[in-house]
Amino acid sequence: MTLLVPASQVRLSSAEEPSCYSRFVNEWFCWQYVEDRHEQITDALVEHVLITTAALVLGLAIAVPLALLARRLPRLESAVLGFSTAVYTVPSLALLPLLVPFTGLSAATVVIGLGLYALTILVRALLDGLRSVPDDVREAATGLGYGRARMLTRIEMPLALPVAMAGLRVAAVSTVALTTVGTLVAYGGLGDLIAHGVQRDFRAELLTAAVLCVVLAVVLDVVLVVLQRVLTPWTAGTR
Amino acid sequence: MDGGDALMDLFAETWQYLLDPDSWTGGGGLVARLLEQLLLTATALAAAMLLGLPLALWLGHLGRGGFLAVNVSNVGRAVPTFALLAILVAADWPGSADFGPYGRAGLATLIALVLFALPPLITNGYVGMREVPSDVQEAADGMGMSSGQRFWRVELPLALPVVASGVRLALVQVWATATIAALVAGPGLGRIITEGFARNDYAQGMAGAVVVALVALVLEVAAAAVQRAADPMPRGPAPRPPSPQGVEPVSAGSTTVAEAPTGG
Repeated sequence: MTLLVPASQVRLSSAEEPSCYSRFVNEWFCWQYVEDRHEQITDALVEHVLITTAALVLGLAIAVPLALLARRLPRLESAVLGFSTAVYTVPSLALLPLLVPFTGLSAATVVIGLGLYALTILVRALLDGLRSVPDDVREAATGLGYGRARMLTRIEMPLALPVAMAGLRVAAVSTVALTTVGTLVAYGGLGDLIAHGVQRDFRAELLTAAVLCVVLAVVLDVVLVVLQRVLTPWTAGTR
Repeated sequence: MDGGDALMDLFAETWQYLLDPDSWTGGGGLVARLLEQLLLTATALAAAMLLGLPLALWLGHLGRGGFLAVNVSNVGRAVPTFALLAILVAADWPGSADFGPYGRAGLATLIALVLFALPPLITNGYVGMREVPSDVQEAADGMGMSSGQRFWRVELPLALPVVASGVRLALVQVWATATIAALVAGPGLGRIITEGFARNDYAQGMAGAVVVALVALVLEVAAAAVQRAADPMPRGPAPRPPSPQGVEPVSAGSTTVAEAPTGG
């Protein structure tokens, strides 16, 4: 194991003054670590953001047509809901190995796995959102001469948006957290730093990555709240 | 990978691994790991219910602390299970020491399991109590029931279905978290998966994943059956009534509750 110590670490351990993340001090909070390894941390953060975003986009791209279709076909709806409960029940650490035969040890495995989880949350939220559109609003739109397509894009989708966005926020926050498990196939973004930190008992690395995960989740949540305010200005007063 | 052939080989090897009695018996075998994880799950769920449910039901009864009860789920979702486990294991206490029948890093794992089981229990317990219609509560008061009588005879029975679905979510969450404990070399079935991946033995990894997923589905189905049995007023597959405008936040809230965890 010691053979695998990266060159940078060797250099640092032989450096003159012991830094706060040397093996002997091993402090939890260590700004020196963040400064010395900022490139590695940035790379992990970027990978984390990319995997999370890709999974959410994938989930959304499948969830929207699926929800619209399921709404028209009750039998498909119960199948979709049953499937999503089942997927949701399978722990992430077990879902990723089940995808490995198809996608190998790649970022695609993580993106597809997390996309599946996001999909289950999003489909439900979209169906709930569409169901929350009051019938009298639909009837009024029909009375005004709205056809199916215009009704969907002008009336139903906008009114379903608050509930759908609530679902997207849940999906986004949990996807950020779940991305860490991707470290099983070596594509875990910040999770890779956490895994390395556990193996080496490297507290600063571990805690920095953990804190960044939570910060990332909060930032993404705030972005989505702002986006929702912009998209649905009429809800601003009620919440 | 060379397309179909490699794929079929892997499936065949996984099947062989599952059929081989040696993979089930012995120290780190499937049976030992399965029992370990079931024990962890049961202990953590019981502890979380003892801690969380009285608090949530009491807050719901009083109608206080709603902000906390609802937001604890959001916080739980944002903290990666893996990160929390890693911090607990790397800390001086609880660390990665063996803990009785719970195995290596058993105490750290138990603490993480309880922490991640609490949010769905607390949120659903609170929401369930708050969703008891206020006219029912007023009727109970009008009949001269004391606060305690109202709690035990009126609110709790009516809240039970929502509370039970919280327990079910917590169970799914605990099982998932117990699997992830393997990423910090902790106890449980996840070890079969991580050991397989560490040795490039993907058949073993797959086999472990299959067992974990199957048991998860069995637990979910069993919990759903228990939940149905516990419902004092079984409502058939009646179509959901369109929710009136006024209660929109509540219905949106319960949607989120029904989807709560996935922290791991």
